[in-house]
Amino acid sequence: MPIKQLTVFLENKLGRLAEVARILKNENINLQGFSTTEARDYGILRIVVSDPDKAREALKKAGFTTHIADVICVGVEDKPGELLQILDTLTEKKINIDYIYVIAGTRVVLSVPDIEEAEKILGEKGLRICF
Amino acid sequence: MTANKKFWDENISTASKDKIKEIQLERLRKTVKHCYKNNNFYKKRLGDAGVNPDKINSLEDLKKIPFTTKDDLRDNYPFGLFCTPLSEVVRVHASSGTTGNPTVVGYTKNDLDMWAENLARIMYDVGVRKDDIVQVSHGFGLFTGGFGFLSAAEKIGCMVIPISGGVTERQLKVMKDYKSTVIACTPSYCLYMAEVAENTGVKFEDLNLKFGFLGGEPWTDSMKDEIEKRLKIKALNSYGLSEVLGPGVSCECLEQNGLHINEDHFIAEIIDPDTGKTLDIGEKGELVFTSLTKEAFPVLRYRTKDISYLIDEPCACGKTFIKMAKPMGRSDDMLIIRGVNLFPSQIEEVLLKIKDLEPHYLIVVDRVNYMDTIEVWVEVSEKIFHEKIMDLEFFEKSIEEKLYSSIGIRIKVKLKEPKTIERSEGKAKRVWDKRKEK
Repeated sequence: MPIKQLTVFLENKLGRLAEVARILKNENINLQGFSTTEARDYGILRIVVSDPDKAREALKKAGFTTHIADVICVGVEDKPGELLQILDTLTEKKINIDYIYVIAGTRVVLSVPDIEEAEKILGEKGLRICF
Repeated sequence: MTANKKFWDENISTASKDKIKEIQLERLRKTVKHCYKNNNFYKKRLGDAGVNPDKINSLEDLKKIPFTTKDDLRDNYPFGLFCTPLSEVVRVHASSGTTGNPTVVGYTKNDLDMWAENLARIMYDVGVRKDDIVQVSHGFGLFTGGFGFLSAAEKIGCMVIPISGGVTERQLKVMKDYKSTVIACTPSYCLYMAEVAENTGVKFEDLNLKFGFLGGEPWTDSMKDEIEKRLKIKALNSYGLSEVLGPGVSCECLEQNGLHINEDHFIAEIIDPDTGKTLDIGEKGELVFTSLTKEAFPVLRYRTKDISYLIDEPCACGKTFIKMAKPMGRSDDMLIIRGVNLFPSQIEEVLLKIKDLEPHYLIVVDRVNYMDTIEVWVEVSEKIFHEKIMDLEFFEKSIEEKLYSSIGIRIKVKLKEPKTIERSEGKAKRVWDKRKEK
């Protein structure tokens, strides 16, 4: 089952990321992991949190533009070759990954066009899908 | 007066061209004499130009009269252009004076009556009646918007809510609880109200609002469509400026293809802003007004700096007054970007047609290494935000392409977080020209 990832639009200016972190802290929401992508004058922040709906409400209230998307979360161990195993499995089936990042608890979050299909393939390979 | 007549004053609103011209000539003679006799500035100005106030023989003679400009008003601050003793003046209004001395205008008792009459006629002729409830969300104070609509709506017999601008949640509550049917404010404030309504769950289809008399700033057809769609009203372009009267100079009828000018009180001309030459009907240029019935503050050929053209064709609404096209900008709002003339309204026209883009924007002009740069800031709402940076870049690029194909210069689009662009409760600030700060 996919997990919910929260995406936040951020202008590239001082203190905006800190503002997001502060809002989450004030709402007592745990930030489990994140990644950022930057363009010319803005970036997007992808976060995995303990309560995505509550986090979204709080961020919206503070004026942030947000989006919720399904992503796959795969549990890995802290040892060589773990990432490769995921990548090989998907490459073999010609599934391209849009983006991928690591979150706390040695888990990898990734996005692909067809989430259900990819989860099935990864599961069949014995990889641990987290949710 | 019967309650169901179509026009406020049918004799005037549907008068023949000849009849209008006759009235205009008679009143023009009177106004020129009044200015000459009772004001030193005008006496000298007319004298220097060789205009004999007793020899205004036709409307063509208007062309001999020198223009009056905003600088003339400023130079004669505060009361130098008043043509009656101050003891006859019962009210003053003034511009904000952000760029110099404010311009102060005065009204006698008759002037106030005539003002209310002009605007009441406009409102009545599009369908406002005494059972209407008019919410005046223009500012009350030195700005003419608030008091202008108050007096006019009272003259019709409407119930007026003089709520003034601001406190938007309260505006919406009043609109709902008092069942307002007409609103008067700036068009940008209308859109801000729509945004607040959407955020607070107010639905315009549940309200009673029918008409908006919107003015105080130039606005485009795209903006009109947006307002009509979101507020479920007829958004009518109402034009006026304090130097000439305030609201009540001209306004759209329900046909919405031009603003009928109250020709028995004002003569409109279009001139070439560079040469001062009078242009023909249909030619685009600067609007110039001469008042015909004002006592305290008449104006002779006042240059408005608004860019428009005149439309002289029969109108389906039945009114015979000549129309002016909605002002497309002001000659002093015109931006020159790397030598190309550009009005903010051209950018607005493009932006407001883009689906899901919020109707708030700021044009930022700068000069970097001797080159003009121009960018447009727009906000990223949830409607356009998905989680891929590629989608945002594509969105940015597609707006840039649309701007380029319609305007012909490259304008950089900058995506901004929601609410970072200032919302206006009065006249919107659409341009930030950093070149002027250097």
